[in-house]
Amino acid sequence: MSEKQHEIRLRINGTEHDVAVPARRLLSDALRHDLGLTGTHVGCEHGVCGACTVLVDGEPMRSCLMFAVSAAGHDVTTVEGLARPDGELGPVQQAFRECHGLQCGFCTPGFLTTITAGIAENPEPTEDEARDMIAGNLCRCTGYQNIVKAVCRAAELARDDRASEDGAA
Amino acid sequence: MKPAPFDYVRPGTLEEALQALAGHPEAKILAGGQSLVPLLSMRLAAPAVLVDINDLPDLDHVRADADGVRIGALARHAEVLKDAEVARVQPLVPLALANVAHPTIRNRGTTVGSLVHADAAAEMPMVLRLLDGSVDVAGPGGRRTIPAAELYVGPLESSLHHDEIAVEAFFPALGAGSGVAFEEIARRHGDYAMCGVAAVVTVEGDRVVSAKAGYLSVSDIPAVVDLTEALDGSVDATALAAAAAAALEELDPETDIHATADYRAHLATVLTARVVTAAYDDARTRAGGSR
Repeated sequence: MSEKQHEIRLRINGTEHDVAVPARRLLSDALRHDLGLTGTHVGCEHGVCGACTVLVDGEPMRSCLMFAVSAAGHDVTTVEGLARPDGELGPVQQAFRECHGLQCGFCTPGFLTTITAGIAENPEPTEDEARDMIAGNLCRCTGYQNIVKAVCRAAELARDDRASEDGAA
Repeated sequence: MKPAPFDYVRPGTLEEALQALAGHPEAKILAGGQSLVPLLSMRLAAPAVLVDINDLPDLDHVRADADGVRIGALARHAEVLKDAEVARVQPLVPLALANVAHPTIRNRGTTVGSLVHADAAAEMPMVLRLLDGSVDVAGPGGRRTIPAAELYVGPLESSLHHDEIAVEAFFPALGAGSGVAFEEIARRHGDYAMCGVAAVVTVEGDRVVSAKAGYLSVSDIPAVVDLTEALDGSVDATALAAAAAAALEELDPETDIHATADYRAHLATVLTARVVTAAYDDARTRAGGSR
């Protein structure tokens, strides 16, 4: 028995992709299997670990708790979309490198997307606010200390970016 | 960890959605999906059809007026939580919402969806019961209002019929002289609570004239206990102990893998004292009193 396929158009990191998927295809699986965007990681697959977090219209959401068919018509940003246009690391990625915010890297894509949205909403997080921002993401390597530092550093880098953009304008 | 196959429809109007439900007794409604999708992925549920209501118009409203707060079926928790008018009209709503899972889940999950998912471990069903709110549902025969007291009938079971869609929830405004508080204990930040308690306390001067507490994760449906008599006007240690004892008389804490019945009873006792005191202080502060 072949399952009904839905023809959908997904807009991922600004690029449109036409795919045919069964209704039950999770967005996380569509990204990885259908589009080959394997930066989005799949951990628990029931919304607990946060590894699969992507931005949907700028808001962090669990891609394992959304069907690809539901994502049609929305702007999705994955970790592949977080680098600068010239390919250099974005502020959150840069901060993770500087602060040693990752070890094995499995959870990192979910942290990067979550924090990207988090510092856009709160450009000057305190350490407590940084902890709250990442409370929905699990990391089994780092003990979170350096990730919290990376949140604060990322916010600093993003502020610098904006200051130099304003200066250039 | 993948859902079983299902048919998927995404109607553009409420009428079409109701027709889709009427034609398929095995259908489930998909709104935010933050509770439903894990159930599907773990194959604890395998509906034949999912009716995705995310394209329905005019259901994402959050409105607050003197009567209370009205929340449309597609309003996400995060939208409700950041609404300053909601916080002013019924402060218990944001107090509880801040404890609903993580911000990422609140960006997608809907408040009305959580209410009709009817999980006794969830925050908002208990708050709706405590505040005597209601849910409006649309069905083939038109619209009806289900009072919270009649909404929860069993574990994960609401009194909605299979061909009905919850379209709006109503949380009554905080009354004059009243205060609220909410606290829960979870093993991990953002996780399901082992016990959570909310309270609404009304004062006249220093004296408590009414007090009610709601309990989540203690029984298999959200529970509310009237503590007015037990407190007998006061919130001193004796009164609080009497209130907690009165609550446990009516509650029947259950044992599961997260906590024993004894531990839940202990948490309910401690939290009852804390939230009743905090709601009392809140009522006094709102009344402009100081101690």
